[in-house]
Amino acid sequence: MAEVITYRDAVARGLAQELRRDPTVHFIGEDVAAAGGVFKATKGLLEEFGPERVRDTPISEEAILGAAMGAAMTGLRPVAEIMFSDFLATCWDLVAVEIPKTRYMTDGQISLPLVIRTANGGGLRFGAQHSQAVENWAMSIPGLKVVAPSNPRDVIGLLAAAIRDPDPVVFFEQKSLYPTKGEVPDGEIVEELGVASTLRSGRDLTIVALASMVPRAVAAAEELDTLGISAEVIDLRTLVPLDVTTVVESVKRTSRLITVEENPRLCGWGAEIVSIVGEECFWHLDGPLTRVTTPHIPLPSADALEDEFLPSVSRIVEAAQKVLL
Amino acid sequence: MSTTQIPEPTRELSAQEQRQLDLYRQVVRIRRFEERAYRLFMEGLVKGTSHLSLGMEAIAAGFGEAMRADDYTFCTYRGHAHTLARGTPMEGVMGELLGRASGVCGGKGGSMHLTSVEHGAMGSYAIIGAHLPIANGAAWSAQVRGSGQVAVCFFGDGTTNIGAFHEALNLAKVWNLPVVFVCENNLYMEYTAIGDVTAVEHPAADRASAYGLESIIVDGNDPDAVYEVAATAIERARSGGGPSLIEAKTYRHGGHSRADPGTYRPDDEVARWLARDPVVTYRQRLLDGGVQPALLEEIEDRAQADVDAATEVARAAPPPQLQAAYTNVWADGGSSWRK
Ligand SMILES: Cc1ncc(C[n+]2csc(CCOP(=O)(O)OP(=O)(O)O)c2C)c(N)n1
Ligand SMILES: [Mg+2]
Repeated sequence: MAEVITYRDAVARGLAQELRRDPTVHFIGEDVAAAGGVFKATKGLLEEFGPERVRDTPISEEAILGAAMGAAMTGLRPVAEIMFSDFLATCWDLVAVEIPKTRYMTDGQISLPLVIRTANGGGLRFGAQHSQAVENWAMSIPGLKVVAPSNPRDVIGLLAAAIRDPDPVVFFEQKSLYPTKGEVPDGEIVEELGVASTLRSGRDLTIVALASMVPRAVAAAEELDTLGISAEVIDLRTLVPLDVTTVVESVKRTSRLITVEENPRLCGWGAEIVSIVGEECFWHLDGPLTRVTTPHIPLPSADALEDEFLPSVSRIVEAAQKVLL
Repeated sequence: MSTTQIPEPTRELSAQEQRQLDLYRQVVRIRRFEERAYRLFMEGLVKGTSHLSLGMEAIAAGFGEAMRADDYTFCTYRGHAHTLARGTPMEGVMGELLGRASGVCGGKGGSMHLTSVEHGAMGSYAIIGAHLPIANGAAWSAQVRGSGQVAVCFFGDGTTNIGAFHEALNLAKVWNLPVVFVCENNLYMEYTAIGDVTAVEHPAADRASAYGLESIIVDGNDPDAVYEVAATAIERARSGGGPSLIEAKTYRHGGHSRADPGTYRPDDEVARWLARDPVVTYRQRLLDGGVQPALLEEIEDRAQADVDAATEVARAAPPPQLQAAYTNVWADGGSSWRK
């Protein structure tokens, strides 16, 4: 049996699955309990698990992540929500300097099995301070695992994997995907971190995408099909660990690569993929390694502008045609 | 706690005398250790940086004595004293300062990140304010697990002006966490006097009321006074009475770090505080109370011998293997980011 649910409801289902399974899992954040989250992605958890395990916090991002870190090193498996990924900047010390380095600096004395969940990316006309796609920030820091699901099933399975993982994971939920729907099987769902999924096979080029860019990459591939171009689409799913094997094997077959990123141009994750493929697939390549990204600008608010500058299906199609010239 | 053997006393010691000897043993051990750390830094054997607790030993000793073996210590880069006060062996601490494989963190932490989880020393944190929210987390976990453990978090006066201090105190109170925050007010940040940049006179104590906490100030150079205030606050936390914020007035004998001579401090101020040296004054108190000098001398000789031995062990230890740099990024022991 299976049912169709939203990406939003998948978050609550994934959290509930793990809260039910493991009494050491606790969930904290701003407006997450009584209100069910500002995106309503954690509705019903307080009612099922009670205020000790699902807990509202003050607007204190450092206190939230500090609580998660201290609890993780002493026997709990906390999940902490940072309402918008933009707000990671207010607790960046915890994200970038404390959490990822502690196991290393203590030479393995301290483990931090924690998850930071956060709503990431644009598309909701929120303007430049509530719309950033910052998965590449987290990717640049040794010691953090980075996950960004594109569909409801992966939200559940990857969230479960992140919670069960013994290392700190930053879990990016693309907020424009919250209302999107997908089929999920009944029962427990657990995926594996570091395994990309090939959504569509193709011969002429490989399109690598993440989170909100995945449905656009798939739509572009369908359009390319009608133009006689056969595109393979890979949903990366996690940035760290990075499933290099799947990408490299695909590009060796198709000999061309496009990455589709929501983050702004400079130092986006696609640059890392392109550099790896350039090094490891060079002799197999038949076209320029190409990145489709948001331009290197803060994201504007007006719908006309936001729609123009986030990577669109037509930009992906154009990029593919150029690569195949 | 140290396992130093003391000579057979001529009479049975009272519990209080025994505790006072423990406190004296602790301040002397820290004093001797820090003196050696300074010398080794000047000789170029301790590299990078080092922040000493010379003059501030009574705070680490008093709290160390009042804590239960499974309580948690969170401290700063000025953390040799707190790490030792929990019973972490000197060899491992000295090894870490010298960048040796024998260090408590295998040479990957250094002077500013001493950690010994098995002794409850849950890390030394070098970003101002970072560990106050983290100590809350350990206290929250203890509360959830019903373990009765208490987290004690040490930080400087300068730390009272960073946001994390305020976020942590508020949450600790709201969640009624078993945590004790201890401000070691040594009157200076790095080189700037705390009074020059702070809106209130007592940087920690005057903020307590904003978080529904009692204002507590203690003479941080008096091991007995620190012990009393520590025992009370820890007991309150353990019995569900919630957090405390304690301001301990103290002074560092030397500079902020490394070879800083501390010349930005007025001579008369330095002289006033040197006259209140916690080791010297405590020794005198014990003698005045009738403790035999031989007991104290034995403690002093033993501390020096332990420091000498730890120095030798650390100097003889090899540096970490290059391969160690690639270990313990992840829980699988390795550092791989790709599959
Ligand atoms: C966030 C941050 N800002 C600045 C520094 C640099 N710094 C290191 S120690 C220090 C002074 C801290 O003073 P205080 O809290 O009084 O502690 P003390 O060194 O006196 O024990 C400063 C400014 C830092 N480590 N972290
Ligand atoms: Mg200070």
